Amino acid sequence: MRYIPHTDADIDRMLRVIGAPSVDSLFSHIPAALRHTRPLDIPALDEVTLLSHLGDLGARSIPSVGATIREGAALSFLGAGLTPHHIPTAVDMLLCRSEWYTAYTPYQPEVAQGTLQAVFEYQTLVSELFGPPTGGDVAPFICNASMYDGASALAEAVLMARRVTGREGSLLCGALHPHYAETVRCYLAGLCEPGTLDAQLATVAMGADGRVETAELERALSERRSTVACVVVQTPNYLGVVEELRGIAQRVHAAGALLVVVCTEPLSMGVLASPGSLGADIVCGEGIGMAIPPSLGGPGVGLFAARADFVRQMPGRLIGETVDQEGRRGYVLTLSTREQHIRREKATSNICTNQGLIALAFTIHLSLLGRRGFVELARLNLAKAEYAKSRLTALRGCQLAVSGPTFNEFALRLRGPADEVAERLRKRGILAGVPLCQPSFGLSGLPDADKTLLIAVTERHRREDIDRLASAIDEVCP
Amino acid sequence: MSKDYPNDLRYTNDHEWVRINGKIATVGITAYAVEQLGDITLIDLPKEGEKFARGAQLATVESVKAVSDIYAPVSGSVVKVNVPVGDSPEMLNEDCYDEGWIVELEMSNPSEVDQLMTSAQYEKELSDNAH
Amino acid sequence: MTQSPASASPAASSPTGRGPIGTRHLLHQQPAIFEQGTAGRSGASLPPCDVPAVDPAACFGELSRAQPAGLPEVSEVDVTRHFTRLSRWNYAIDIGMYPLGSCTMKYNPKVNERVARMPGFAGLHPAQPLSTLQGALELMYRLEEVLREISGFARVTLQPAAGAHGELCGLMMMRAYHQSQGRHPKKVLIPDSAHGTNPASASLNQFETVAVKTGSDGLLHADAVRAAIAQHPGDIAGIMITNPSTLGLFEEQIAEITQAVHAAGGLVYMDGANFNALLGKVRPGDIGVDCMHFNLHKTFTTPHGGGGPGAGPVGVSARLVPFLPTPTVEKDGDSYRLDWHRPQSIGRMRSFFGNFGMMVRAYTYIREMGGAGLSQATEMAVLNAVYLRARIQDVYPVCSERPSMHEVVVTDKRLKKETGVQTLDVAKRLMDYGFHPPTVYFPLVVPGALMIEPTETESKETLDEFADALLSIAQEAAQNAELVKSAPHGTALRRLDETRAARSPRLRWLPASATPAQKG
Repeated sequence: MRYIPHTDADIDRMLRVIGAPSVDSLFSHIPAALRHTRPLDIPALDEVTLLSHLGDLGARSIPSVGATIREGAALSFLGAGLTPHHIPTAVDMLLCRSEWYTAYTPYQPEVAQGTLQAVFEYQTLVSELFGPPTGGDVAPFICNASMYDGASALAEAVLMARRVTGREGSLLCGALHPHYAETVRCYLAGLCEPGTLDAQLATVAMGADGRVETAELERALSERRSTVACVVVQTPNYLGVVEELRGIAQRVHAAGALLVVVCTEPLSMGVLASPGSLGADIVCGEGIGMAIPPSLGGPGVGLFAARADFVRQMPGRLIGETVDQEGRRGYVLTLSTREQHIRREKATSNICTNQGLIALAFTIHLSLLGRRGFVELARLNLAKAEYAKSRLTALRGCQLAVSGPTFNEFALRLRGPADEVAERLRKRGILAGVPLCQPSFGLSGLPDADKTLLIAVTERHRREDIDRLASAIDEVCP
Repeated sequence: MSKDYPNDLRYTNDHEWVRINGKIATVGITAYAVEQLGDITLIDLPKEGEKFARGAQLATVESVKAVSDIYAPVSGSVVKVNVPVGDSPEMLNEDCYDEGWIVELEMSNPSEVDQLMTSAQYEKELSDNAH
Repeated sequence: MTQSPASASPAASSPTGRGPIGTRHLLHQQPAIFEQGTAGRSGASLPPCDVPAVDPAACFGELSRAQPAGLPEVSEVDVTRHFTRLSRWNYAIDIGMYPLGSCTMKYNPKVNERVARMPGFAGLHPAQPLSTLQGALELMYRLEEVLREISGFARVTLQPAAGAHGELCGLMMMRAYHQSQGRHPKKVLIPDSAHGTNPASASLNQFETVAVKTGSDGLLHADAVRAAIAQHPGDIAGIMITNPSTLGLFEEQIAEITQAVHAAGGLVYMDGANFNALLGKVRPGDIGVDCMHFNLHKTFTTPHGGGGPGAGPVGVSARLVPFLPTPTVEKDGDSYRLDWHRPQSIGRMRSFFGNFGMMVRAYTYIREMGGAGLSQATEMAVLNAVYLRARIQDVYPVCSERPSMHEVVVTDKRLKKETGVQTLDVAKRLMDYGFHPPTVYFPLVVPGALMIEPTETESKETLDEFADALLSIAQEAAQNAELVKSAPHGTALRRLDETRAARSPRLRWLPASATPAQKG
């Protein structure tokens, strides 16, 4: 076994030092009745056979990213909370350095400055994307060292809002990603007395433009006077629509609640004003699409930023700047007294492991893009999506499902059932979008969901790819 | 840091000290508590007017790697908190008995004072627990 | 990395002696990425815009961005050098032994990385139609199968993203189970030696934790558990027990404890952080455990990535199966599907299906090792820990006389008394010898703990170097305590001021132009 260095002679010498007769004797204090006596039924594979087995398994799926179409990949317009972008080659090449991926959590700062500084830079980037701009009157946001993913980050944001406000209610507004809504529900169920969940967690409908219906929001807030800890709004939302945050924030703050904003497409921050500058108190999101290939949705990276005055209520690890004993700048894990290993049952969260490596990939990619490249890439996405919108809405019987402005994803209502159209296109090598009747990807309250396709268009799509999508949809639609 | 336990103060098992002045009890933490915590980084103070029963959690002190609760040594309501110590918790490391007081309580049951330890009793308690 | 006498000698305290991790020529300060480059520089390579350009302000009005986010302005060369230089300031398992107890820093096979990057795994979008995801679903199905075989559980969910997420998931299922029985017990028993995640996860389910004291022999005693149960009649939701415990000891009374908890109507949660000590030896599902999380990043070699990602699948006994998160992966004939219709399910813990990339790596590792290889890994992990214990215990007393499993917890008791040198100093001085320190000051029940987990992937020579280093540090402590107390001497930075970091937190880089209000 190539990962186990022991020879028989090594084992003998070690047993002599220990004073034990055999390796098995090291387990003799485990009561016999508890011992598993038959060998585990898993055959071992050498590397040649292993690669062939895993290669076979891999070949039984059709990738939509990372391989060319000639290699069997599909032309994919899938997004729905994970919009894959082109990840520059340098990102993975740097990620493959052992010093990054085979290090542990930086508990010993003297031998972990690499991870600490990189994550400090990540915290800065996320603060720049989501928080108020530096140079203004408002303090920039702080950001933690990452959460598991966007949905669990949202659940933690809701819990944090409950701690900050001392209130228990949450309002989930408009077109929120269904996985995010379900995750919040799952986390809150653990904290509610049986039968009280629906009193603590309510939803606010969207209007015909796909945006939060502000009249509905006002009604919900006044009905639940002084019990609402937070209002959750996604932007761009699940249908791709950019929400009018400022007006929402005013209403939320007037009710004494916090505004929690979800952003599953951080690239949109290249063209959109930051939620922090529009009144958000906590912003969370998902960075996988800008970090690594989609990998069936995980591992991703849960982005989590908040107002600086909430720092003591933040979940997760934080990295701070300090100096060493010779006065040189360095970085350490800090404010750890919030965390489970010190505060145990009173901790702000139970999180321990985070998504450090994916946060690093996100940081490298954004550093490569830089101030201008990030904006240019965002504008490119906007332009491609607007082009796709204009091509697709020109088709007979096809129209936008909702009218609000969008960034790089939009919901298209077809003249036939979306799942059948998608399946016909799949046979032509096109994954045209997510049918909003697909299990777990549906959005309640959307009229004609069974005819609606959620389509994401990015820099990965050439004009002819979009044209191909348009003509293919036209051909297969009944 | 002084390891003395002034004679004019009374003490608890949880390493709080109390200075009695009429109905007012000034509360802080002992030099022993400060030494155990190390460099103090944060004090979470109660609000003026809050009421606490004896033994209820009154405040929290944090160092880099520890959190310690401060319990009300006697019952009463908070009449004054030491705002400067909240802003500069390192004051506790420098002087935990005078500048580093934490809150003043107006006692609701002054007879509880009788159950607090004298400095001699507290020092004996510390040496008994040190094995 | 070999230990050179020079780096261990007092000479190491001079600047020229620095650099045992090979960073000697990189000891200059690496500025923040935001301090590098110049306005207008970029490392981007974007396709041309082949469609009409669109003005964001026309689309979004007031919602469009006025000022670009403050990203760096650097070239790809700058970025590559920056992150390569930073990487060299990290210790890593590929550099040397990383004996962090409880963290299980074993070697991360290279083949795992290659497989996880295959387009048939990495290139899959979670919203693809299932007909295009059959290989991925098969891998998940097979991973569940092998984890069941290894653990003896009825089913395994792969959804949780890490061990603590798995704990949360397990406790949610336990809570749902009790509710389905019309019961609402509130108390969860947790030994005082437990990981902090255990009580924190319990709180997230509104359970109240009841601490159970570890016996003087370091074991959890059934009597103590029965006494705790007796104090809360009818209110026991379950127990969370780490086995082997955080003291590195097999909980020899687990059968009796399990029986007592079950008799009180409670369920048994096993923290699987140390399951790498039991592969092929004990199957928790066979001995009455109801629920356990696996740490794929500990037991099954997926890399720790400087903090994550991990993956924390949870195995359950038959009575908890109805409550598993949705979806589960099911097999119908030759094809695989997702089952969403599980009415008693706790629901969903996160987006999509879990940390699939970690599942691919763990499955690859398990298939390479096979059942016999996994058992051998456990045997050699235990042999290594017990061997290290034998080599150092005269100088560093062990916390318990009971036999160690995969890790050994020793203390600074003798050293501190004789020389004033403490656990933290030993940890820092180990860096000068080229080793990452063990876990220190945990478990909390052992004062001055050094928790050492060598793992099976270290050779006898490496263990001897590590033991020699620990013994040599003890000698240094006796002869020149200051040398140890002021360590590390050979690292790029010396001890860092953590108090300053906590008293006035600086949690992001700020430009020189930032206003005082922003600097806080």
